[in-house]
Amino acid sequence: MMILKMKKEDLPAFLDSVKEWGELWGPVKKGEKVTYAKVDALSQMDLKATRTIIPPKKFLYPQRFTMFDFDQDGYVERKGDVPKRILFGIHPCDIHGILIMDKLFLENYKDPYYAERREKTLILGHSCIPDDKCMCIATNTDFIAEGFDLFFTDLKMFYLVWVGSTKGHDLVRMRPDLFSRDLDKNDILNYTEYRKWKTAQFKSNVDFTGMPDVFELGYNSPVWDQLGDKCLSCGQCTMVCPTCNCYNQVDEVELGSLEGTRDRFWDSCMFREYSLVAGGHNFRDKRADRLRLWYTHKLQAYIGEFGKPACVGCGRCVATCPVDINVVTVSTALKEQEVGK
Amino acid sequence: MKKMCVVLDDREVQDNPFQPDMWRIVRKYPLTGDVNFFQARPVDVDEALKFNFVPGQFIMMSVMGEGEAPFCVSSSPSRPGLLEFCIRKMGTMTESLFALKENQTLGIRGPYGNGFPIEKMEGKDIMIVGGGMGVAPLRSLLLYILDNRDKFGNVTYLHGARTPGDMLFREEFLQLKERDDLRCLLTVDKDDTGMWKDKIGVVTTLFKDLGPIDAKNTVAAVCGPPIMYKFVMDYVVKLGIPKHQILMTLERRMKCGVGKCGHCAIEYLYTCIDGPVFSWWDVIHMKELIGRGANDKTIA
Repeated sequence: MMILKMKKEDLPAFLDSVKEWGELWGPVKKGEKVTYAKVDALSQMDLKATRTIIPPKKFLYPQRFTMFDFDQDGYVERKGDVPKRILFGIHPCDIHGILIMDKLFLENYKDPYYAERREKTLILGHSCIPDDKCMCIATNTDFIAEGFDLFFTDLKMFYLVWVGSTKGHDLVRMRPDLFSRDLDKNDILNYTEYRKWKTAQFKSNVDFTGMPDVFELGYNSPVWDQLGDKCLSCGQCTMVCPTCNCYNQVDEVELGSLEGTRDRFWDSCMFREYSLVAGGHNFRDKRADRLRLWYTHKLQAYIGEFGKPACVGCGRCVATCPVDINVVTVSTALKEQEVGK
Repeated sequence: MKKMCVVLDDREVQDNPFQPDMWRIVRKYPLTGDVNFFQARPVDVDEALKFNFVPGQFIMMSVMGEGEAPFCVSSSPSRPGLLEFCIRKMGTMTESLFALKENQTLGIRGPYGNGFPIEKMEGKDIMIVGGGMGVAPLRSLLLYILDNRDKFGNVTYLHGARTPGDMLFREEFLQLKERDDLRCLLTVDKDDTGMWKDKIGVVTTLFKDLGPIDAKNTVAAVCGPPIMYKFVMDYVVKLGIPKHQILMTLERRMKCGVGKCGHCAIEYLYTCIDGPVFSWWDVIHMKELIGRGANDKTIA
């Protein structure tokens, strides 16, 4: 892969130039939290922020959108109105999340709605500083080698810039004067030093090793009922999870007409209706059943299928769940057979 | 990491897998009090013979303004051109579907799912066991086998219903009893009319009449309400049919049919693309396939 070097003071000018390709979006402070917003310049962004409330999946797969317009003659695909966007400041865990989404939506029946947004969204990654909730080191997602167009690693005086796609290279070609290929011994030393430093920052000591077996053994564990008693079924964990893809769809009809739209919107396996079938049979009626589905998917089933968890260690469930149910507390409860307070 | 060699991007695919095609209802009549039979053909007749499927596959059906839901196909691909469905009125979507008249349209996309492994079933003896609405997908398999009769060994069809009035396709199956190239065994749980001339009792009573079977060379296909699996599987396994040759087709909530919406997930499988046909061995080692539940302690 092509790795280039850029002086740190040149980043504002570079981002200013790439706006010619599309809208520039980045992490911006909103009250106490951070969220992605459309910006004009680097100065509006908060690059020190660890995590946004919602992961960047919302750009590739909006919370609600129209798939089809219909009338009596049939269904017509809703096309267009997808802006070209450049997302700056995406962290390795979230790019790993996007790769998991790519696998689901782009392989085996390609989803044209996701594909169009993925095509029109450039991912400009940025290195990050882990906080006490980050656990990407336990999911092996603390560094990233693909899935981005450009990736900026902050080495204090300058950036090392990984060029991950032809489109990323096109952005570089807009301002070739800002990049250099002269990498020397010091750059390598600085980079290895940075990796060591980052690895030393993690405070979480969660360990997912052996989780598939622990889940299998703990299928009937009373721990699930205890967690189910705490769970509010609010679904926030699924909304903030970078690898949660479930959706529902509904036909909206104009009152008194036969025309309408078929809309798709985020669903949550924490909701009671999630596994309900016609006639009233519910395959997952209890909150414990639904919690077990979610955590089994993230930490057992996905590992069995793809050799890695469907958790990228971003810490959003840890930061979000109002009753402290998250990948850390659930995996610990299963291993220790006790739900922590 | 992706290999950087001369690989061109995927060709732009225009097909939208969520796009329903318009079909016309050509025939519709009640099979029982709350179950209707529907026949449909594509509005564009040129498309009719292009719709290929395998028994056991399902389609996503749209009723304009009501939404979309999965339905299994009850007709056989050996009789192409029309699709047949056997649908029970259960909720708002099926209520609107029942209100549609002949020549009105609905949306169909598919077919989806694995279906029965019909090519691997060739040369084998076939045992089909159906109860209640489970007949809907099994009829497709049965008709396919009868239409390709020389490719299969002995064929046995066991069918149970609550009462004669509840037996789906009753006349059709009673006629099948006249054929000498299959054994068609029918039973009803009870009969208050006194008109039923055949067996009375739950579907497992039919196993007594089976006689010797070549178990290792038999493929069984079972579909019915959850309570039926509990009893029938015991009999089928005791016959000595290998567990991976005992097949069943499952129902789940589905919104996409193509492995995207997540609703039909069971452990690492999606019912829509990895199923809906599974084997009894799948059921034994995957806990949630037929809802044996968290408290199931069965080992055998």
